[in-house]
Amino acid sequence: MGRNRFDMGGIDIAWCPGCGNFNILETVKETLHAMGLAPEEVVLVSGIGQAAKTPHYLKTHFFNGLHGRALPVATAIKASNPALTVIAESGDGDMYGEGGNHFIHAIRRNPDITNIIHNNMVYGLTKGQASPTSRPGFVTPVQVHGVFEEPFNPLAVALAMNGTFVARAYSEDREQTASVIRRAIEHRGYALVDVLQPCVSFNRVNTRKWYRENSYYLDGSHDTGDRVEAFRVATAPGPFPLGVLYESGGRKTFEENLPAYAGDARPLYQREPDRQRLAALIATRT
Amino acid sequence: MRDRGSEGRNSATIVLGGEAGQGIQTIEFILARVLKRSGYHIFSTKEYMSRIRGGTNTITIRVSDRPVAALAHRVDLLVPLHRSVLEHVGDRMREDTLILGDAGVLDAGPRTVHAPLSEIAREAGGKIYENTAAVGILAGALDADRQVLADYVREYFARKKPEVIEHNEAAALAGHAWGLALRGEGKVPFSIPRNPEVRGNLLISGAEAVGLGAIAGGCNFVSSYPMSPSTAVLTFLAAHDESFGIVAEQAEDEIAAVNMAVGAWYSGARAMATTSGGGFALMEEGISLAGMLETPLVIHLAQRPGPATGLPTRTEQGDLELALYAGHGEFPRVVYAPGSTRECFLLTARAFDVADRCQVPVFILTDQYTMDTYYDIPGLDLEAVPFRKHIVKSPADYLRYRITENGISPRAVPGFGDGLVTADSDEHDEAGHITEDMGVRVAMVDKRLRKAASLDAEALGPVFAGPEDYSILLAGWGSTHHVISEALELSGRTDTACLHFPQVYPFPSRARRYLEQAQKVVVVENNATGQFARLLNLHGGREADELILRYDGLAFTVEELTEAIGALEGED
Ligand SMILES: Cc1ncc(C[n+]2csc(CCOP(=O)(O)OP(=O)(O)O)c2C)c(N)n1
Ligand code: SF4
Repeated sequence: MGRNRFDMGGIDIAWCPGCGNFNILETVKETLHAMGLAPEEVVLVSGIGQAAKTPHYLKTHFFNGLHGRALPVATAIKASNPALTVIAESGDGDMYGEGGNHFIHAIRRNPDITNIIHNNMVYGLTKGQASPTSRPGFVTPVQVHGVFEEPFNPLAVALAMNGTFVARAYSEDREQTASVIRRAIEHRGYALVDVLQPCVSFNRVNTRKWYRENSYYLDGSHDTGDRVEAFRVATAPGPFPLGVLYESGGRKTFEENLPAYAGDARPLYQREPDRQRLAALIATRT
Repeated sequence: MRDRGSEGRNSATIVLGGEAGQGIQTIEFILARVLKRSGYHIFSTKEYMSRIRGGTNTITIRVSDRPVAALAHRVDLLVPLHRSVLEHVGDRMREDTLILGDAGVLDAGPRTVHAPLSEIAREAGGKIYENTAAVGILAGALDADRQVLADYVREYFARKKPEVIEHNEAAALAGHAWGLALRGEGKVPFSIPRNPEVRGNLLISGAEAVGLGAIAGGCNFVSSYPMSPSTAVLTFLAAHDESFGIVAEQAEDEIAAVNMAVGAWYSGARAMATTSGGGFALMEEGISLAGMLETPLVIHLAQRPGPATGLPTRTEQGDLELALYAGHGEFPRVVYAPGSTRECFLLTARAFDVADRCQVPVFILTDQYTMDTYYDIPGLDLEAVPFRKHIVKSPADYLRYRITENGISPRAVPGFGDGLVTADSDEHDEAGHITEDMGVRVAMVDKRLRKAASLDAEALGPVFAGPEDYSILLAGWGSTHHVISEALELSGRTDTACLHFPQVYPFPSRARRYLEQAQKVVVVENNATGQFARLLNLHGGREADELILRYDGLAFTVEELTEAIGALEGED
């Protein structure tokens, strides 16, 4: 296979030893490499958090923006240059908390981007507060009596919004995760991959052992074209389903709907204003 | 104070008033064009309530044989489509104001003439032609060209069914005949010479001028969230998305809008967000982001009175300091304040060039009055806004944040060249990677701030008018430009000049000599605390001696400023 094109070489990674982030990083790198993509073709967009540092650890274009804002940025990057492969990757607090509104509206727009969430059910970078996906009873220095809110269910929300690709993976299962991420990138339209990830420093409840005991893989009998069944699986009490819950083609992407590309496939950076047409438009204002 | 309207009676102010939904806008739209095409200089602006039906809204049209570009208070001819209008414009009425209206709306009175609106409409084909009948009557009363009226009404309704076009034309012409007859009876108290040179002039609102300027500046991405009075720019660009290849997106909120705009610039688009105070408050993080990432960004901020929701459809110059200080951290920026249609166009186009070249956020600060105002102008000069690209093709060893002498690092975009384009909202090194190295931090802060020197050097100087040997200087910015200069002229003062600032930040050093000569500096602003006066003191080194302020939500009128200027005590 040779050296991975996305490998940065010897770098200092700011994650805790044993963190699930490492596996997600390696899996993403492997997948991009295996898909034959070049670093110049890929833009990684993130927000702020531990997971959001990912772009610094692989060799590609990146936009490490503000907390919660990866999705509007990723949508605009793709809309300005549809030839780019755009991945928005961040933590659960970032994507579902601070960026929750953007999450919903990104699904509505259906840009052809891949959204990977490192879901460790906790705020890592700010040292251990609850996240929107924290389970009830989770005690933190802020949630001192334990979380009592209903955890955010990203898969169910995405399905309710008729998201075109909805999947969940588990960081420690590299092979399965790679195949889900590959499908997500290949999918034409918005693709959600919620990746369960152990945080060894601040989440002592949802450990590797806990994830193993509380998840299961969807088998071949699951029909990924059946949205109602996917919704049932996503909302059923009990262990977390892993794999692709739902995939549908046919819906136009955000970029495909844009009139700016109707008669002109060029990315926006190659364009210049049509001054003749502008002069003609000005002349109509009599 | 000299009174323009009574002076030779070669200019007049017409006010159309009615409830929202009654169609005064259609009347104004057609009438303004018919008058202009007949050879009159015209000016038009509106004030309206934040409601879709009911309430009382008015449109003021000035008609003159000279260019007019400022709001007048007095009303020479009032056309109320609803009773409520009379009280609404009460203090603008004069003894000889002619009131024209339907008998169903207006009681008889000495100044009132019942216009047969419903009758003409009925004869033309039905009640829906009342507004066209009103256009015709006004066109006749103002001695607009009959053929111009007929042609324009046909043009305006061109997409309607043939009989609808004919009915409209009939209503307009019958109205015109009636209006002319009224003139003949000597009931119209003004007469304005026509000037054939005006006919081909353009009528472009501030909102359209900002939109046209954006297109000239290469804008091909606009992401915004609707908010009066900024929405008209979004609508304008959206209406031209196909013909000019513009991505126009209504974001879920202003936070998304500004982050999209920054992302779009990063990806090679030329992006803008258009918003108003409350929406801009939500965009602040994006201004700071652009400051850190050194992505260009263009923000159109159309001011309205705050705080909070304030007066949604009214005007104010209350967000200057917001624009100046928005965004945490220290980084350079530019704030333009166009004071005319031409400046709206030129400065918006320029904003894209400066933002792209210097990689800073650039603001275009307008207001509701600017958005909703237009007057005839000879043309817009495309040659004055050359389009230049500033993106470089990246080499394999490209460093996005290369330290350079002027602080500007060549900007590449993903997908163009062999290098990788990075952007990090954390402090970063030349490669764009996160760093906590204090040495790098200082080098990067210095690099970003060095860009300010280029911005200072090319700051647009102020526009001066008046006698060279002035002792009193009136200073204003943005939308007050024309009202100050007209009022100064009318005041007849020979010791006073005025200075308009189309760029307020970085403060143009060329302004200092004007300020130094003045024995008295009077700042005129559409706000309550004199924000520009503070800026003048801080950056221009000159404390204002007097402030003329208005903050009721309406724009200054020529009359009130003429009076205020006339009342200034002389300095010799
Ligand atoms: C506007 C804003 N608010 C708060 C923060 C502080 N902050 C940084 S990361 C973070 C949460 C991170 O949690 P998550 O997204 O789950 O990522 P993790 O660190 O767990 O990978 C917060 C609250 C910030 N950077 N910006
Ligand atoms: S804090 Fe948790 S999520 Fe962050 S690097 Fe450490 S283990 Fe990983």
